[in-house]
Amino acid sequence: MSEATASKIPVTVLTGYLGAGKTTLLNRILSENHGKKYAVIVNEFGEIGIDNDLIIGADEEVFEMNNGCICCTVRGDLVRIMDGLMKRKGKFDAIIVETTGLADPAPVAQTFFVDEDVQKNARLDAVVTVADAKWLSDRLKDAPEAKNQIAFADVIVLNKTDLVTKAELAEVEARIRAINPYAKLHRTERCSVALADVLDRGAFDLDRILDIEPDFLNADDHDHDHDHHGHDHHHHDHGHGLKHYHDEDMQSLSLKTDKPLDPDVFMPWLQNLVQVEGGKILRSKGILAFRDDDDRYVFQGVHMMLEGNHQRKWKEGEARESRLVFIGRELPEELIRTGFESCIVS
Amino acid sequence: MKEFTPAPDSASIVSVTDRVKPVTLGMGVTSAHFLGPRVAFVGAEEKVAFVDAKGEITSVAVHSGGILSTASDGKRLIMGGDDGKVVSLDAKGEVTLLATDPKRRWIDAVALHPDGAYAWSAGKTATVKSGKTEEKSLDVPSTVGGLAFAPKGLRLAIAHYNGATLWFPNMEGSAEFLPWAGSHLGVTFSPDNKFLVTSMHESALHGWRLADNRHMRMTGYPGRVRSMSWSAGGKGLATSGADTVIIWPFASKDGPMGKEPAMLAPLQARVAVVACHPKNDILACGYSDGTVLMVRLEDGAEILVRRNGTPPVAAIAWNAKGTLLAFADENGDAGLLEL
Repeated sequence: MSEATASKIPVTVLTGYLGAGKTTLLNRILSENHGKKYAVIVNEFGEIGIDNDLIIGADEEVFEMNNGCICCTVRGDLVRIMDGLMKRKGKFDAIIVETTGLADPAPVAQTFFVDEDVQKNARLDAVVTVADAKWLSDRLKDAPEAKNQIAFADVIVLNKTDLVTKAELAEVEARIRAINPYAKLHRTERCSVALADVLDRGAFDLDRILDIEPDFLNADDHDHDHDHHGHDHHHHDHGHGLKHYHDEDMQSLSLKTDKPLDPDVFMPWLQNLVQVEGGKILRSKGILAFRDDDDRYVFQGVHMMLEGNHQRKWKEGEARESRLVFIGRELPEELIRTGFESCIVS
Repeated sequence: MKEFTPAPDSASIVSVTDRVKPVTLGMGVTSAHFLGPRVAFVGAEEKVAFVDAKGEITSVAVHSGGILSTASDGKRLIMGGDDGKVVSLDAKGEVTLLATDPKRRWIDAVALHPDGAYAWSAGKTATVKSGKTEEKSLDVPSTVGGLAFAPKGLRLAIAHYNGATLWFPNMEGSAEFLPWAGSHLGVTFSPDNKFLVTSMHESALHGWRLADNRHMRMTGYPGRVRSMSWSAGGKGLATSGADTVIIWPFASKDGPMGKEPAMLAPLQARVAVVACHPKNDILACGYSDGTVLMVRLEDGAEILVRRNGTPPVAAIAWNAKGTLLAFADENGDAGLLEL
């Protein structure tokens, strides 16, 4: 992590549909013996007991920016709260923003990229979404907010797994993966998750974009073992028991090439893509190998906002492969694929 | 000593840095105001530090947390805190609790009227207390960004999302909404009561001519405008937010409509705070690199008050006569200059 990044206060955004267990997770984080002080920004101020010194009530005021970018909304209340909190610098180590169950995470995230003052002092660490194993499948059908929160997440805490059967759990996971295969997923009861799994993730830190692989393909998926203890072993195929769903409107799109990209074609294409289709693209991420360039280029984006940088030298023997991921609603897949192909040096 | 120290930016700049009395406050500072003979530096949290002409510091506890908003009329300060309290502090250092938000919400904005009335806001609600009359409250559509009293009459301007509201607290149903898309954070009346100007979340000011509510767009800033100060007689509005001091002309009946602002004192740093001299056409300004300058409005001639190389200047103020200038940076390294 760069020094500038390290000195900024990390902000974790906690989302999740009503009743999924956000407050349980929040209290779990606060009560653990971590020796850290948190400033907690909550809604419905004072209604649910939260044991913390620094609690700030927020109003979830979503403002449009007057910069001609239609999906560029920010949380005006957060701008104001961050400004006030900075007067108490040194009194807390990190900030947790709990959103209401119906909140769209995008304006929260965008606040940390658009607002100059907020950006100077704080950095978005990760969007953590708490999902209810029993009810999420239903909510994904009838609540667009729930779908947004899953699509946007860097970390998904799939909670209340004790209230569902194995088949139901497999079903809900498959539905989550159909929308967002890249988030880290943790199965929990009463939000019992290791703090390291939800805090200090650096999900928006360009220096920490290491690989872009669907979470369930990663070897460190420790939940994987559980499946083999059960008697219903024979139901599972080689995809670790995941049925393949296709969500009608929210998907992810992954692009890959081992040929170098032309930066003079790629950059304008990407800029233009998020300008035109940014309303549909919730999150984007990429690791890129450019022609005649020994450095890896990484980028990440939220809707129309992009940030990117050269990250490091390609290592000896490392495959110089470019990978891009888009998560979004009704993504114009053909358009994106064709556009990407045209950026490859022929 | 001084003849051997080269000026940082220009060989010809006049420097008075050796005449500044340095004061170490040892706390983060957000604003400065003269109260009687002393200057009150408002801390980022909990305290106000009085400094007298000799540089002696007396600290007074005013809030049990962050101090979010401050207003002064030269006789007293009123402040709002994240402890949900509105307090006043007079020149003797006496603290009075004026109000407590029942839900202990943050007091985001305060304003002080020349006749002693005061106003504060928590969330979407602005409240005015005038003399012995009861408190009067008004809810606006979104969280209040800033408050300002009109120079004449008991009239309050409330900045919020998508515009500002003008309100006579003693007149039922008098709230008048001035729309303009965007989030309005700071607000000020021109001293002649003819114009209202807001500073916006995006890097711009917006103005209304109050006679006919005609709009004035004041744009082009690279950063947000956090500091605004009317020049002597209200002829111009000096603002922070760019790498020069931007001064909008308000002398004519059309204000800055169709006119270019004056741009003075360019540096390789962002102007952070501005304070116009109360009597003469001079202003003082502090920059993000710690520089403090005095600038003559007529020709932009500059005098160096403090060198660069420190944290951003966070507070700057003149006394009422214009004979003393006080400033402090974010870390509380302050200075007093007698003219």
